[in-house]
Amino acid sequence: MLNNLSFKKQRLLIILGFTIVPLLLLLTFSYYPTLELIHLSFTNWDGLSPDKSWIGWDNYKEVFSNSELFGVFTHNFAYFAVGIVQNIAAIYFAIVLNGKLRGKLFFRLLLFLPYILNGVAVSYLFGYVFDTTQGSLNLLLHAIGLNGDTSWLGNETFVNYTLASIGFWKFMGFNMVIYLAALQSIPADLYEAASIDGATGWKQFLYITLPNIYKIIELNFFLTVTGALEVFDLPFVLTNGGPAGSSETYVMKILETAFQFNNYGLASAMSVVLLLFVVVVLSIQRLIFSRKGE
Amino acid sequence: MVARNPVWNTVKYLSLLVASFLVVFPPYIIIVNAFKTKDEFDTKSTMSLPDSFFHLSNFGHAFEQANMSRAFGNTLLIVGITLIFNILLGSAFCYAVGRFHFKGKGLLVGLFLMATVIPSITTQVVNYKTIQHLHLTNTLGGPILLYIGADILQIYIYLQFIRNIPYDLDECAMIEGASLFRIYWQVIFPLLAPATATIVILKTISIYNDMYTPFLYMPKPELVVVSTSLMRFFGVNSGDWQSVSAAIIMIMIPTSIIYLFLQKYIFAGVTSGAVK
Repeated sequence: MLNNLSFKKQRLLIILGFTIVPLLLLLTFSYYPTLELIHLSFTNWDGLSPDKSWIGWDNYKEVFSNSELFGVFTHNFAYFAVGIVQNIAAIYFAIVLNGKLRGKLFFRLLLFLPYILNGVAVSYLFGYVFDTTQGSLNLLLHAIGLNGDTSWLGNETFVNYTLASIGFWKFMGFNMVIYLAALQSIPADLYEAASIDGATGWKQFLYITLPNIYKIIELNFFLTVTGALEVFDLPFVLTNGGPAGSSETYVMKILETAFQFNNYGLASAMSVVLLLFVVVVLSIQRLIFSRKGE
Repeated sequence: MVARNPVWNTVKYLSLLVASFLVVFPPYIIIVNAFKTKDEFDTKSTMSLPDSFFHLSNFGHAFEQANMSRAFGNTLLIVGITLIFNILLGSAFCYAVGRFHFKGKGLLVGLFLMATVIPSITTQVVNYKTIQHLHLTNTLGGPILLYIGADILQIYIYLQFIRNIPYDLDECAMIEGASLFRIYWQVIFPLLAPATATIVILKTISIYNDMYTPFLYMPKPELVVVSTSLMRFFGVNSGDWQSVSAAIIMIMIPTSIIYLFLQKYIFAGVTSGAVK
């Protein structure tokens, strides 16, 4: 039936027909909620009642003045700190696997494996590693003569670092594979030329490798920062924010405020603040990296 | 690239060995304990090997108690239906964007790129209400509708592929009188097969591993999926290491097998999106 139409009309039909559904889905489930969150953040909506009264900036004042809400960002810091170490390790292993090495495909396969495993399963897996009395980490520490009765998930001061280390285990290989792809796209003759000029290992890394993977470092850095700001699954499944709320993250607080306390207005304001943080991080990073890249 | 000296070589292999140990150690604990009997577990160290790797009753118990047959069934159904729509919509979208020039094209793709900045989990606060209005909470349809949408990774992978298909093919087909729709369906779509394979695999793994969407939208016990079945099972049996270990293994096996046999596509997908 389409055959009877001119190609011009067909073209129009295809462009409209083929893009409209994905666009609608995107607008409905990404952009509409974002705008709606901004709208709700100025109301005191409880999620049920038909009227939403406008209360101005009150929710935002609450977010920034209530240390119970904003203060949880200190928990998120652990994930950021561990994320930085994770990226350094990923770059290191990417360089190792990019060089001459026996079994490099095997090592790549093994180090990337945690990334594809089910997150809930991984959480419980580590629940047994970090268990105080029978956990394998403590048994291992005991076996090599160290203090083996640390409560890894029950200690308020470092529970977030314990959780963040699970993230390290799961995502280091993912970062590494991305760095590895970037390394492999650097032309080999750059290194040859450098060798002829007498540049050795460290210098080659500094002047050839690093500048060539800048963009990828930027990408991974962005993923690390937003990942740290938005972390949720691990503490939600494994500790449920405990002990005494010390592993609660900002996103957990948002969902709790909305779905448990039915304070949609406040939860929306918290979400908008999070979104603004992500945008700020992205802008600062663009600024720094674009300057360095030139 | 780094000078080949013995110190560097030792460091290199030693660090890989340590890393490999760290990756393998946690799953090792789970594997050995899943095969132990209750007595064995109580009397031996959690790190020791089981008496027999043929002791499978923990697996049977976990499979039944966690309602895994239903969980795997539901997950498979969600993955299957999502993929059919997602692949058709995504590839058609990229055909339109990749083959034709029109006003607002840059903006259109830009919208998908910009959406990645939005923290998706916080939008659930509003999406929950939307799904509720559509009467899709506590149905498989809720998560499916949320999963169907194309993401920027998928769009990049398809666009890259479409650009490498010579336009001559389209022209030949046009001269022979094929409609543009037929060109998409009979020329372009089949040629996209490797990209489709990559997307199918990545999407399957991401839906299989997602926890919060089914947790939030399908609390009904009959609508259990893999992730939520493990959560519920753990909630009741957290002290029973042997059964939980068995459950964890059974849930990790499917993606591990996919990974082992189709790693080529997974690496291609992960890197092509990122290097772009």
